[in-house]
Amino acid sequence: MVMGRLYDLLMKDYRLREGLNACINCGTCTAVCPAAEFYRYDPRRIVDIVQSKDEEEIEKLLRSDTIWYCGECMSCVTRCPRKNAAGLIIMALRNLSIELGYFIESEKGRQQFLLTKDLCSNVLDYGYCVYPRRFDYAGHPEAGRVWEWEEKHLDDVFERLGGNLDGPGPGAMRRIPQEDRDQLKAIFDETGATERMEKVRAAGLKKAAELGMTEEEFSRMVYFTSDPKHLNH
Amino acid sequence: MIYEGKQKIWADYQKEIPDDHYFYVRSCIRQSFFPASEATFLDITRNRLGKDIFETEHHTTCGGIAYHSDTIPQETVMTIIARQFALMAKNGYENYVCSCITSFGLYCETMETWREFPELEAKIRENLWKTCKLDFAKPKFLIHASDLVYKYRNLIAKQAVHKLVNVHTGQPLRVVEHIGCHYSKMFPSKGVGGAEYPYVLVGMIEAWGGEIVDYPERRHCCGFGFRQYFIKGNRGYSISNTHKKFESMEPFHPDFIITNCPGCPYFMDRWQYVIAESTGKTYGKDGHGIPVLTYEEVAGLVMGYDPWDLGLQTHQVGVEPLLDKMGIEYDPEKKYLGKGGKDIGQPEPCICMK
Repeated sequence: MVMGRLYDLLMKDYRLREGLNACINCGTCTAVCPAAEFYRYDPRRIVDIVQSKDEEEIEKLLRSDTIWYCGECMSCVTRCPRKNAAGLIIMALRNLSIELGYFIESEKGRQQFLLTKDLCSNVLDYGYCVYPRRFDYAGHPEAGRVWEWEEKHLDDVFERLGGNLDGPGPGAMRRIPQEDRDQLKAIFDETGATERMEKVRAAGLKKAAELGMTEEEFSRMVYFTSDPKHLNH
Repeated sequence: MIYEGKQKIWADYQKEIPDDHYFYVRSCIRQSFFPASEATFLDITRNRLGKDIFETEHHTTCGGIAYHSDTIPQETVMTIIARQFALMAKNGYENYVCSCITSFGLYCETMETWREFPELEAKIRENLWKTCKLDFAKPKFLIHASDLVYKYRNLIAKQAVHKLVNVHTGQPLRVVEHIGCHYSKMFPSKGVGGAEYPYVLVGMIEAWGGEIVDYPERRHCCGFGFRQYFIKGNRGYSISNTHKKFESMEPFHPDFIITNCPGCPYFMDRWQYVIAESTGKTYGKDGHGIPVLTYEEVAGLVMGYDPWDLGLQTHQVGVEPLLDKMGIEYDPEKKYLGKGGKDIGQPEPCICMK
């Protein structure tokens, strides 16, 4: 491993350049972090590793579950006395982990397989990140009996509430014209999102094959699995 | 004027909010789960207050949820945002108002990154021209829709039909305000009141007669966490954070919660339901939860809108105790009817939560 290679790659990411100033290791970010309370997670340590430029430790991070624990709420940004942004550093680490294909090695990292497939297809197919016809009660029982009812009567509920579900013209959950969705696809193609989607999918399918699973079996495992080892207690 | 101490700090967190003429963009989550809130915002601003709030069908998601789930590159989301800005300019607007807090934070981040790295802005401009043959102008003013309701809070108070007062006791309602993390935690100067003492929702509650409840975990995240909710195996993260907030606010007996992020009311409403159904614990009185409302819904109640026109029937936590306290008349028989009184059934009852 060439010294500084990973650090140099990270520094190409604007989020790292914005997010890493001079960490004084005070641990305020960890104290306020919602993820650090739930997971065995310490953003202070992550910022310190990146700041140290220790290639071996950075590579371990990129291959680990650790960088996937953050919820990107950015509460750390407000509190840091030195204006670091642990959340942005995490985003840069995740980006590099995906670029290098390391994400597929950890349980939490390989969740990108489903996240990328679902969220990007929502954006490209409908023009929205979240689309109610794809938000099913069976997959989201916490959405409550009220959502179970709404799901059965989605068109009527939207009509009652002044929405425009899949309708023409403006309004809530309108059908976004094809020409606009074509522009989103062109943006995806030009800016690396399409390539990212293909890369993540290929890595996921390769991993599924290694595990002797079909895509569906692999998807189910990724969606449901959470090893208790991640938890803070 | 010479500002001193806290006055000076407060002055740093004031935000200029133009009175009129906005280009409006919707929120993926608010549209999906609270479509009536966006309809109410537009009805209040356009029809009750006579403001010019323009919407085009051609705007899309900003890509924020996909971006914060680390599924698309930064350059992608910035180019989508640039396209939104181009639509604003194309339609003759300079003031940009968005419904989503994730979007608002991302617009702030994008504009700040472009300010620091002009070469990135140039690259995005090139991307947008290459892919969409569009050029963009940055908004003169970038505003969240809650900023605008804050701006109009006194105009709304003048048209108030109901106050945030318990009509049975005459006491102000006790209100928890929950600010979406991406409103001002990243860029405190971009939010009314900053990140420590955000005033955007407090101002509304005070203007409409209520009283704010302070509690230890007031600034804690609702627990969305993007990937921490979308993947089922991660959802313990999400409910644990909501649980922490409710345990912290419970001793202060809030009458309801007001939110400005579209995701927070969904999570704080639904996780209360899960906590109740799985443990029997409810945070309101007599088996009820604590109603969690959007700021548009609160403004609508104050202005006399019918609760079922506001979509309050799509909350899992029943809002009737709040309506009773405010003295709002409602017809329980009409709660779940469709348009024109169409019978579309009703949700199955909960086991533990009323």
